[in-house]
Amino acid sequence: MSILVGPETRVLVQGVTGREGEFHTRQSLEFGTRVVAGVTPGKGGSTAVDGQVPVFDSVLEAVDRTGANVSVIYVPAVGAPDAIAESVDAGIPLVVCITEGIPTLEMLKVVPLVEQAGARLIGANCPGLTSPGSRAKVGIIPGGIHRPGRVGVVSRSGTLTYEVVQALTDAGIGQSTCVGIGGDPITGTSFADVLALFRDDPETEAIVLIGEIGGSAEEDAAAFAARELPDRPMVAFIAGRTAPEGRRMGHAGAIISGGSGTAQAKVAALEAAGALVADTPSQIPELLRGSGVTG
Amino acid sequence: MKLQEHHARRLLGAQGLPVPPFRLATSADEVADATAEFLSEGVERVVIKAQVLVGGRGKAGGVRLAGTLAEAREAGAAILALTIKGIPVRRVLVAPAARIERELYLSAVIDRTARRILLIASAEGGIEIEEVAASRPEAMLRVHAHPHLGLLDFQARRIAMGLGLPRDLQRGFVRIAKGLVATMLAYDCDLVEINPLAVVEVPSPEGNRLELQCLDAKVTIDDSALPRQPDVEALRDLDEEDRTDRAAREDGINYIRLEGTIGCIVNGAGLAMTTMDLIKRAGGEPANFLDIGGGARADRVEAALRLILADPAVEAVLVNIFGGITRGDEVAHGLIAARQAQVRDVPMVVRIVGTNADEAHAILADANFITAESLDEAAVRAVAAARQPAPAR
Repeated sequence: MSILVGPETRVLVQGVTGREGEFHTRQSLEFGTRVVAGVTPGKGGSTAVDGQVPVFDSVLEAVDRTGANVSVIYVPAVGAPDAIAESVDAGIPLVVCITEGIPTLEMLKVVPLVEQAGARLIGANCPGLTSPGSRAKVGIIPGGIHRPGRVGVVSRSGTLTYEVVQALTDAGIGQSTCVGIGGDPITGTSFADVLALFRDDPETEAIVLIGEIGGSAEEDAAAFAARELPDRPMVAFIAGRTAPEGRRMGHAGAIISGGSGTAQAKVAALEAAGALVADTPSQIPELLRGSGVTG
Repeated sequence: MKLQEHHARRLLGAQGLPVPPFRLATSADEVADATAEFLSEGVERVVIKAQVLVGGRGKAGGVRLAGTLAEAREAGAAILALTIKGIPVRRVLVAPAARIERELYLSAVIDRTARRILLIASAEGGIEIEEVAASRPEAMLRVHAHPHLGLLDFQARRIAMGLGLPRDLQRGFVRIAKGLVATMLAYDCDLVEINPLAVVEVPSPEGNRLELQCLDAKVTIDDSALPRQPDVEALRDLDEEDRTDRAAREDGINYIRLEGTIGCIVNGAGLAMTTMDLIKRAGGEPANFLDIGGGARADRVEAALRLILADPAVEAVLVNIFGGITRGDEVAHGLIAARQAQVRDVPMVVRIVGTNADEAHAILADANFITAESLDEAAVRAVAAARQPAPAR
């Protein structure tokens, strides 16, 4: 039914008492997500979201008391790397970091800790992931745009992901899992990592990949898809065809440097790997239908 | 954030790298004064280099040599009169011209795929390095630094040997390579580049000897790290920043001015880039990139619209909001407030989806905004609106 999250998912929210943490946890609960704990050091013993979520001082205590197995982080950039480290140290196998603005060097330092713990980090600077079929919403993707189904979505963007998912849902095409890997140059999980998970998920019959300028993640994904998922239909959309060179377009990772990282190069790599590349988000559903996706 | 060469040289010097002395000048007279000081110290020739953040200075005539005061004054005047890729030259760096025996290339970058700092070196430094990297990748030596320990001595030695450096220069190279990575770590750089890292001849009592010197320096700082690098942020070159970009940055609004006539306000960087792409596809040209961020309140929306309307080139505005934590009604109130304060009557096409979208549409319909359902439609309408002659007032 999905990758990474499912019926056994028990979510812990780091930063649950902040404005964003509180808002999005409330939305997750309404969606049906099993949110079992929150962590804000110093506020242990209280509750959040109208008494629905018990708050603990540490991730270790929260895991011990609630069996949480996924963490989502809404902690500001200054404290987010430490929050990631705390979670993987406490044995959480999947950490989803929503936070934007973490310095690149901090991510370089924390990624090896995640690897050493055998855990998976998604993000940072990502909207999180949602599995509509299991009603698991770990992050900030609005619940109302989804429809359960068999198309896997993976994206570097936030609201552009919502735009695409809404287009799929409106066209009657449901999603197996939607994963936002984030817009920073260093991410915990790459496109190729998610494609590998989709490859092994019998419930994901086609893939939508949403990329943007900067780096080579789409090119790496194209090479991986050609080798590992040659028979799985893939439709892509790449944002930033009109972006100027040398400017950071919002996302820390969205920059064309010295001529490389252009949208055009990514489109070419994906097409060469057999993916169909849409010119607009609205074209994605018809390209999927053309590849044989039914619903 | 890009640093000027002279600031970059100082940062490298602070980390112990061999950076030759230099002086700065903003007029031909100052160039002559600096040259006189160097000549009196026994320097035979000076190099005069434009201090601008764009590349291609050499090819634009922004780097020149001078052996006499008259030559230096003339070269300085010429460079200070240049505009390179749209940037007027305001300042030059004057340094002793080295006797270059070899030019190497050395840089440190973030390798996104490996998730490590990558050190790149080449025995073929100089202005054609991009050509070398593209056509002969084997001429580029590469090593990843440890994420916590930085660059280790043996790694730097391996590179030094691969560059064919004589033994008496290898130790110096090891210090430089480690210093480069240390610079990266100390100042949260995305890029530190020395091109050329030159083997130069220096006079000494026993005759000339060779040593390594950094004859150029390019440093870019990770914008996300600026809050924790206030001394580095203070080095920002405001002269080379577009005035509106600067106002937006100081307001905390993510904005980049472009060349077109259709202003955009969007929540989300990927969606903002897509909106620009769709405007172009509909036959228009985006006037800017603007990401209003998540959860924007009315005052931020108002500030964003004011910024855009301050650009006289803007003939229409497209607002595209897909609201999660961002509320459509907040956006609508901000738009109305901003438009009320405007002198110019610029058509605005608004497309709001998501949280409180219905309320937003009701509020905007009452205020005579053009609304659109789909992003495709919004782009087409904005382009069409920009082409209409402005209504008579």
